[in-house]
Amino acid sequence: MTAVTAATEAPEEIRRSWRDAALGFCRRQPLGTFGLAIVVIAAVAGLSAEWIAPYSPTANDFEVMTQPPSWAHWLGTDQFGRDLLSRIIYGARTALIIGFVSAFVGGFAGLVLGVGSAYFGGKTDLVLQRVMDILMAFPLIIMALAVVAIFGTGVQNVIAAITVPLIPRCARVVRASALSIREVPYIDAARTSGFSHARIILRHMVPNVVAPFLIMLTAFVGQAILAEASLSYLGLGVQEPTPAWGLMLQGGAEEYASTAPWIAIFPGLAIALTVFGFSLFGDALRDAIDPKLRER
Amino acid sequence: MTDAGTDQPLLEVRGLQMHFPISEGILMRRQIGEVKAVDGIDFSLRRGETLGLVGESGCGKTTTGRCILQLERPTAGAILYDGVDINTLSRSGMLGLRRRIQVIFQDPYSSLNPRMKVGDIIGEPIQVHGLAPDAARRHARVRELLQVCGLDPSFADRYPHEMSGGQRQRVGIARALALEPEFIVCDEAVSALDVSIQAQVINLLEDLRERFGLTYLFIAHDLSVVRHLCQRVAVMYLGRIVELAGCDELFDNPLHPYTRALLGAVPIPDPTVEAGRTFQPVRGEVPSPINPPSGCVFHPRCAMAVEGCKRSRPELRELRPGHWVACSEVS
Repeated sequence: MTAVTAATEAPEEIRRSWRDAALGFCRRQPLGTFGLAIVVIAAVAGLSAEWIAPYSPTANDFEVMTQPPSWAHWLGTDQFGRDLLSRIIYGARTALIIGFVSAFVGGFAGLVLGVGSAYFGGKTDLVLQRVMDILMAFPLIIMALAVVAIFGTGVQNVIAAITVPLIPRCARVVRASALSIREVPYIDAARTSGFSHARIILRHMVPNVVAPFLIMLTAFVGQAILAEASLSYLGLGVQEPTPAWGLMLQGGAEEYASTAPWIAIFPGLAIALTVFGFSLFGDALRDAIDPKLRER
Repeated sequence: MTDAGTDQPLLEVRGLQMHFPISEGILMRRQIGEVKAVDGIDFSLRRGETLGLVGESGCGKTTTGRCILQLERPTAGAILYDGVDINTLSRSGMLGLRRRIQVIFQDPYSSLNPRMKVGDIIGEPIQVHGLAPDAARRHARVRELLQVCGLDPSFADRYPHEMSGGQRQRVGIARALALEPEFIVCDEAVSALDVSIQAQVINLLEDLRERFGLTYLFIAHDLSVVRHLCQRVAVMYLGRIVELAGCDELFDNPLHPYTRALLGAVPIPDPTVEAGRTFQPVRGEVPSPINPPSGCVFHPRCAMAVEGCKRSRPELRELRPGHWVACSEVS
């Protein structure tokens, strides 16, 4: 009887606990909520660009070239008369796709390599870490330039170019925290219970390195967006006419910097705000996810 | 029943050595020495018996426990569990024995995964070894184990950080019991707890021993706890067993000079007796296990040492029935 009641009540309880958790996060982490709001706005803009953008991001309108912000064009227009607001909204899609895919793929590859490296130790650790050292020797943007130079431009190649240099950065940090966890008695307890390597790594070690990992992951999304903007600005990333924030800083933005500064200011603001939002949110998430810091 | 010859021991450790290499250099790693944490020890444990393993920090008692649990691969020696040398077993071969040998750790704070609920911590081994047919049966078992260990079954939904040290240690005990083991290594299981909680946990360990017929290897440095709980005691010094005897025999009649010094250092909770007692501490410091003294490892600090102690390593001799001493000078 009691089991039946418990089963029917459970979903309601879970729903309520989720809402409580979300409200608690907003109350305790106002800055993080602000960061989350920026991230959500960027995500909504990227997802629903077709419906909310007032103009086509690629439509040239030579009647309204380099117009300052007005009621018709809230953020002004560029040298081809394209609406800047529409291009920023569509640019959010490009930025977030590249940012999330590179950060998640690079982050998870780094997580598994880092924890595995720490858990197995010895020769495995030595070889993996030396390979990581070699990859780390190149600054992110140089490494990305090399990858693009070899494989050519285009969204997939840009993603690959940003993902590869993120892997060793993540693996290094994760390995450091995993090394200390490896020596902790609850890992010994798991080993004496005969758990498999995969179970110990995934159930016992990964959840305990997740706090530094999550902050890194959110920072990675920011970094990846920045790297994509840099590559696009250098002409090695996303190609015209695809709307991308880095690309918008190039060409007309430079040419008209003194006469039409809005062409550069708004995409620049979009990049800065989004990266800032991810950092704030990541930091707050770290505090919220730690059960010791979470009050009940 | 106490005669070692009549039944096969549950655990027999023969010539166990655990040497940790010390290496140097970045590209050309070379070994420059080794820490002789455990340097050739022998003992055996009968079913249902509790053997205390005592000694000061760094004498190798924890390493001995870790070798038995196969958390370290010993350098040499044999660990026969129920007649099988577990040093030679592969990972999969060891799996069956894992169920039978469990451990309780010293620190109740770091021995529980902080991200798992108590119910999952205790339930996971049951799930992995397939001891409960379904989730409901597993939860019931977890609740039962919590109750056995003196905790409320509702603790299953808590995280370790929401509990006190004593409660956590009970969770650690419940986890060890989850696989229905016959042998538990208690590695300083009560050292991190305050005295009143210590007494409760010791009583719990005694109850469990009676109830489930457990065999304990009780690693400790607190001699009074050992005296209360153990039937036999082995005293370790610098990686070797110096004396092994029945509990009362060892405490009432210590033979090895190190054991005597160790027991002499235990304060007596009576000011008048304590004031009248002459305290004779052991000279010097514990030597480094990297470069232990020749012959008898205790000879540089021993009041009874003679010239021969520097040369030959004394083996354990049975000076009285069941009382083994590694000293050539006592008789």
